[in-house]
Amino acid sequence: MSESIDVGIPDHPRTLAEKVWDDHLVVKGENGQPDLIYIDLHLVHEVTSPQAFDGLRAEGRPVRRLDLTIATEDHNTPTLDIDKPIADLTSRTQIETLRRNAEEFGVRLHSLGDKEQGIVHVVGPQLGLTMPGITVVCGDSHTSTHGAFGAMAFGIGTSEVEHVLATQTLPLKPFKTMAITVEGELKPGVTAKDIILAVIAKIGTNGGQGYVLEFRGSAIRSLSMEGRMTICNMSIEAGARAGMVAPDETTFAYLEGRPHAPKGQDWEDAVAYWRTLPSDEGAVYDAEVFIDANELEPFVTWGTNPGQGVSLSDSVPSPESFSDPNERAAAERAIEYMDLVPGTPLKEVPVDAVFMGSCTNSRIEDLRAFASIIKGRTKAENVRVMVVPGSARVRLEAEAEGLDKVFTEFGAEWRFAGCSMCLGMNPDQLAPGERCASTSNRNFEGRQGKGGRTHLVSPLVAAATAVRGTLSSPSDLDPLDTSDSVVTSGAEA
Amino acid sequence: MDKFVTHTGVVAPLKRSAVDTDQIIPAVYLKRVTKTGFEDALFANWRQDPEFILNQPTFATASILVAGPDFGTGSSREHAVWALRDYGFRVVLSPKFADIFRGNSGKQGLLTGVISESDLEAIWDVIDADPGVQMTVDLEARTATVGDLQVAFDIDDYTRWRLLEGLDDIGLTLRNEEAITQFESRRASWRPRTLPVP
Repeated sequence: MSESIDVGIPDHPRTLAEKVWDDHLVVKGENGQPDLIYIDLHLVHEVTSPQAFDGLRAEGRPVRRLDLTIATEDHNTPTLDIDKPIADLTSRTQIETLRRNAEEFGVRLHSLGDKEQGIVHVVGPQLGLTMPGITVVCGDSHTSTHGAFGAMAFGIGTSEVEHVLATQTLPLKPFKTMAITVEGELKPGVTAKDIILAVIAKIGTNGGQGYVLEFRGSAIRSLSMEGRMTICNMSIEAGARAGMVAPDETTFAYLEGRPHAPKGQDWEDAVAYWRTLPSDEGAVYDAEVFIDANELEPFVTWGTNPGQGVSLSDSVPSPESFSDPNERAAAERAIEYMDLVPGTPLKEVPVDAVFMGSCTNSRIEDLRAFASIIKGRTKAENVRVMVVPGSARVRLEAEAEGLDKVFTEFGAEWRFAGCSMCLGMNPDQLAPGERCASTSNRNFEGRQGKGGRTHLVSPLVAAATAVRGTLSSPSDLDPLDTSDSVVTSGAEA
Repeated sequence: MDKFVTHTGVVAPLKRSAVDTDQIIPAVYLKRVTKTGFEDALFANWRQDPEFILNQPTFATASILVAGPDFGTGSSREHAVWALRDYGFRVVLSPKFADIFRGNSGKQGLLTGVISESDLEAIWDVIDADPGVQMTVDLEARTATVGDLQVAFDIDDYTRWRLLEGLDDIGLTLRNEEAITQFESRRASWRPRTLPVP
């Protein structure tokens, strides 16, 4: 089935990324010009779109494909009192600007209070709009999330947002491909988040630059869609343009029946096409990386970029241990900012806050994992715990399962959906000097609030940390007499 | 977009690696709905330190930034480019740029040139010896000259051509309107549509 321009029958085995690229080729670039690539799905939010709509207005251009465009409010939205006007005036203006633009141009928008509102990267998959073999863009670097379905998905800047609104295409240079093969079986208590943090620590925050990463191997195949989304989400933290996982039965089962998933004959056609997408036997990647899943442990970052991470059972490294002068200088600076002492076991580092949320880890499975650890346990005193679902629908789902009771009985704050403390554009911020174990994706200086200190962790580690008050894994917790948590009991074995 | 051929101005050293876009412009400044007026937001947290390089009078009028490797990592916010541009920067040189940041720069007339690590050190040495020195960046020749030192920088041919000509991407793409329409007519019916709302 070929929808693209005739590029001839490929004479070489192709990777997943090459197949998706070839099938979206509108114009093949010549003499160093980029290819013109068609965009199947454009996700829009309030922060990176106002100037793009202004640009359209100035040129008198319409949105070319309203039926391939969808907007949601997420970055600025408050997670408390969502029925009241937004207190922060500039945030309110930005949200109101999106509402006005959506109305003027006719873009479908899910506003605060709507049950489909939420973080743009949670909403797309949940609606069944994200599917294998499509191209997805959004003015947000974590658009890489959607690659979990075997889509080619990447973040773009505001000029490109305007470009896609106007033309439904983007001029792009082909990417290089990197296979990241994760083989083996994860130990209990080790999750997708630990895989991706280990990958970034291994290849560095620029290791993926210019590449589309394809995650493969038995450990990836055994992950749920939520886990795969966590991994692809953080591909950008390795500098990659996109991350991808080949579609399989897990993907199809997740998609089938969702509101926008293909139906009837379309479903049959789609699945038949999707089965042709996995990389061909003998396809050549520009680079390959291997990770032994059996060896992985819960991971945590100690520094101020996502590559500065180690196993939770390790200690804060000494800057002298880095041979590269840039890395050594960065480590020195990071340790100073993070107020850590080299040699300190990370499990002895106390935290002030735990943030459970963000486009990396705020789906129902993440909330279940967090709840499974804290249920029946007592929160550490003086630790503030915030649980922020990725979407209004995830919130409803969690409440239907009674997870909200688990959170509130533990002493956690159960909030409404949004990006929240991942980047603190709304009031959910750390105070200067506060230290947070966070399930989000970036530990940059001041990311969660000016002067705030972030340790990136999985939902299981965040939960155990909320119980003990220091960075902890579930295996560090005292067993519960009546524990029904497989994760906890397994991790203690 | 204005054409970029050559530029001469004060060159400032930013002796840090992995400068992410959260440092270039913190998220609190992203709430604005305009495309200009971001000069106060550039390196907002770092500028609170009186010792920060851009707070030194010698570098107050700098328009060329020479930074450590991995400049512009992290968030896709184009605001980072707007803040650099509004502050007065026309050029950033670094041994390595993050992809999205570099793409955004090319669309706003901010030249990002890749230099070698040894040239980076050499440029920093020249500036240290003569703070406030001017640099001339020649996009046609792909060279940067400061004092007696001339270094070459890399930029891809397509971005260079667009900068030299001051071309707007959307206008270029719309020359292919017919090809886009043809592509759309072949688009499979299973592919996603956001409308109508089911």
